Amino acid sequence: MTAGTGHNRFDVVAARRRCLFYRRRILDISQQVTALHVAPAFSCLEMVDLIYHGLMRPDLMHSNPKRFLDGFLMSKGHGCLSQYVILEDLGILTKTDLDRYCTPAGRLGAHPDYGVPGIEASTGSLGHGMGIATGMAYAEKIKGTDRLTHLMLSDGELQEGSTWEAMMMAANLEIGNLIAFVDLNDFGGLTRMSESHPAFYPVLDKIRAFGWEAVEVNGHDASALLDAVKSRSGKHPFMVVGKTVKGKGVSYMEHVNIWHYRSPNKEEYAKAIAELKEISS
Amino acid sequence: MRNTFADTFYEAGKLDKRLVVVVADISPAGSMQKFREDFPDRFINTGVAEQVMIGMCAGMSMQGLRPFAYTIATFALYRPFEFIRDDLCYQNLPVTVVGIGGGVTYSNLGSTHHAQEDVAVACAVPNLRVIAPCDPEETRAATFWCIDQREGPVYLRLGKAGEPRLSNDSSEPFQYGKLRYLRRGKDVCIIGYGPILKMGIDLAGEYEQRGKSASVVSAHTLKPLDREGIRAMLAEHSEVVVIEEMVSRGGLADAVRVIAWESGVRCKIDCFSLQDEFIHCYGKHEDTLRAHDLSLDRIIACLFGSMSSGPRDAKLNDVLGREIAR
Repeated sequence: MTAGTGHNRFDVVAARRRCLFYRRRILDISQQVTALHVAPAFSCLEMVDLIYHGLMRPDLMHSNPKRFLDGFLMSKGHGCLSQYVILEDLGILTKTDLDRYCTPAGRLGAHPDYGVPGIEASTGSLGHGMGIATGMAYAEKIKGTDRLTHLMLSDGELQEGSTWEAMMMAANLEIGNLIAFVDLNDFGGLTRMSESHPAFYPVLDKIRAFGWEAVEVNGHDASALLDAVKSRSGKHPFMVVGKTVKGKGVSYMEHVNIWHYRSPNKEEYAKAIAELKEISS
Repeated sequence: MRNTFADTFYEAGKLDKRLVVVVADISPAGSMQKFREDFPDRFINTGVAEQVMIGMCAGMSMQGLRPFAYTIATFALYRPFEFIRDDLCYQNLPVTVVGIGGGVTYSNLGSTHHAQEDVAVACAVPNLRVIAPCDPEETRAATFWCIDQREGPVYLRLGKAGEPRLSNDSSEPFQYGKLRYLRRGKDVCIIGYGPILKMGIDLAGEYEQRGKSASVVSAHTLKPLDREGIRAMLAEHSEVVVIEEMVSRGGLADAVRVIAWESGVRCKIDCFSLQDEFIHCYGKHEDTLRAHDLSLDRIIACLFGSMSSGPRDAKLNDVLGREIAR
């Protein structure tokens, strides 16, 4: 499997350490603005970390560690803080970029903007990433390259018909170079989907019924996520359903949906940072 | 027009391996079938699924291909509208969305198939270029432009089949973003876009019979509109007639009036467009146009008789279908 080049260097302990650091960094940024999407960034963080540090192959041939041979789309655009902090860590975005988050002097908004370094598509409206990623992966297939396209979806996006349109098409086209992750945190913006939309479940069966290979694992367990990706045949589009906790890592945010938007105040911020330090020691 | 488009696309696609076409369950006309057979990888049918048609075009464009989305105009533009806006226009990708049957070409299929406000809708979106050729010759030139350009997304509004040649040997060549004079006259200028310009050619003949010489102009590029060209046209003619197979709001008629007002010219302007109504008339293309008050007879009656031009007042109905009294 071509993605294997990245697997060998993936260190699960280092990943845990990185994710703690990323959560703290996201909380730092949260102190600059009154509203942002902390909880949806926390729920998908381990998966985005794995994509960047474990799956995407750096473009070493051209001695450019700031570029990848593979692609990544943050279809759940509101989770982009997880992407921003990783891009900063990789040196693709700068500290100044993140310090100027959502300010007129900066270039980072609350949703990814195509053209910003490291951002491969403008998202924010849900249900767009799967179609774009299908086109990207198909283009690479007919060009005969080995480029992989990675995609991060929210579970709410699976309520969009457009996602399923594209999933059917991806399966029809047999694009084995597409690897998607679903952040199954069970929360929409308004409700817990298992309560408000019980027919949404079981998710895994639906995905498989659409012609995809799919595996469901704990979305915060890097090792399980990696094993899941390794199990793909490469003949069909592949989906990792990551069962996650919205607001993961900060006790008072976990499963509490006001943190979909809200920024913590000073006291809440201090408490969250303390919790994240506690785990790291 | 669709055959000309297909022939041109096939011709270019033989040499340019970046060209791909994504259709949504529309039968490939003319050379499109040949393209499908010769280049199966580059002919993609998403089925009845227009959102992924646009999404895939965006993704393929980002990876260096040159995609064309292709289906009936209403399904090309309206159904996946937000995908055109966000995926193509926001990211400014050189993807062409081809709408077949612009206006009320699909007359007897009902208003679900009538793209009667498409140009207004398309022109309102930032970055979206809008081109509506009037005949096969212009279609060929416009298609080549869409293939070669690196500017951004295009909505290419075509008719269907059997449109006559309106260009003649003295017509100006197609130039993106510029008015194209099909013929030059001195007194009156008839301006429009799309196959309805045939009515403009016929109308020019009527003027000739009445001793006035008429220009006929194809405003094939609706966005970016040739404002400078329209200013010159208004200054050079004492009378201007706008004919468009589209509602007047947000169309060429409105644009010409605004430019006239801004530039302070004092020429007579008459506009003929589709009505702000869903028409329940099932017949030939010309029957539906007539139901929209778009016929040569009526235009003649308005221009040379006592009938007043301009659209009818929009009818609004209540939930029981009764017209609301104003």
